[in-house]
Amino acid sequence: MFDLTGKCALITGASGGIGGAIAKALHAAGATVGLSGTREAPLQALAEELGERAFVLPCNLSDAEAVAALPKQAAEAMGAVDILVNNAGITRDNLFMRMSDEEWQSVIDVNLTATFKLCKGVLRGMMKARWGRIVNISSIVGATGNPGQGNYAAAKAGMVGMSKSLAYEVATRGITVNAVAPGFIETAMTDKLNDDQKAAIMGQIPAGRMGTPEEIAAAVLYLSSPEAAYVTGTTLHVNGGMAML
Amino acid sequence: MSDIPDRVRKIVVEHLGVEEDKVTESASFIDDLGADSLDTVELVMAFEEEFGIEIPDDAAETIQTFGDAVKFIKEAS
Repeated sequence: MFDLTGKCALITGASGGIGGAIAKALHAAGATVGLSGTREAPLQALAEELGERAFVLPCNLSDAEAVAALPKQAAEAMGAVDILVNNAGITRDNLFMRMSDEEWQSVIDVNLTATFKLCKGVLRGMMKARWGRIVNISSIVGATGNPGQGNYAAAKAGMVGMSKSLAYEVATRGITVNAVAPGFIETAMTDKLNDDQKAAIMGQIPAGRMGTPEEIAAAVLYLSSPEAAYVTGTTLHVNGGMAML
Repeated sequence: MSDIPDRVRKIVVEHLGVEEDKVTESASFIDDLGADSLDTVELVMAFEEEFGIEIPDDAAETIQTFGDAVKFIKEAS
């Protein structure tokens, strides 16, 4: 089950905890992976760890030209882009009353606009192939909101609406577009929380623990697989029961 | 150059699965040949590849009929 042999997957934010786990899971299922991210060193390290079928494709998603070029670079390196995982994301948290236009815009640009452009950039190849998988990594806060994250929550909710709209348009072409919405996951992003914050979060998670990057990767692997052909426009919530949506 | 209409017709016939004689000068892809809006996007993509040209989005929107397509491609190539 979930055999991705012969498929080529582009993963953004592959230098991070969740992105790296996604890349490993898709690679383990047989896919060729294009590892994109801003920091080249961890991408190289991951590529070396994976060995064959791994390409490093550095890209700063806040650079519009670099975003426009990435789908083409990925297709040239791997031969195609059959699977796109928009996982990269940034946070610029601030209280709504204090949030600057720059904090708002930078999060929208990287988390939402770059996702739009990358989806658009890979569609031509997927339409011709009559097969494609797009998985956009949203967040629980896109559904529930979160104080201090007006920008991030807006971008993550925006990804869901965008995914559904695109899913409608390309469903007849064998292309599925879905979102995965992680809850609190053990990554560098959540390591920054202090003990009190962590304890407060744990109290809200029925599972009583944070999730692992591998648990997100498993959801992405499923949605990327041939077996998930009839699943489109959905959001798979992976959050330990924190929000049952 | 003179074979442009034939090459365009071949793409339309293959892509939309219609009879060749239905693809007349004034045949609208959507109204007469059963295309949906995404089909028209794919037709434009196919024209771009067949003729090695770039069809910008605003121009693509004006290509509604077989005749429109032939005219645009003749001018562009």
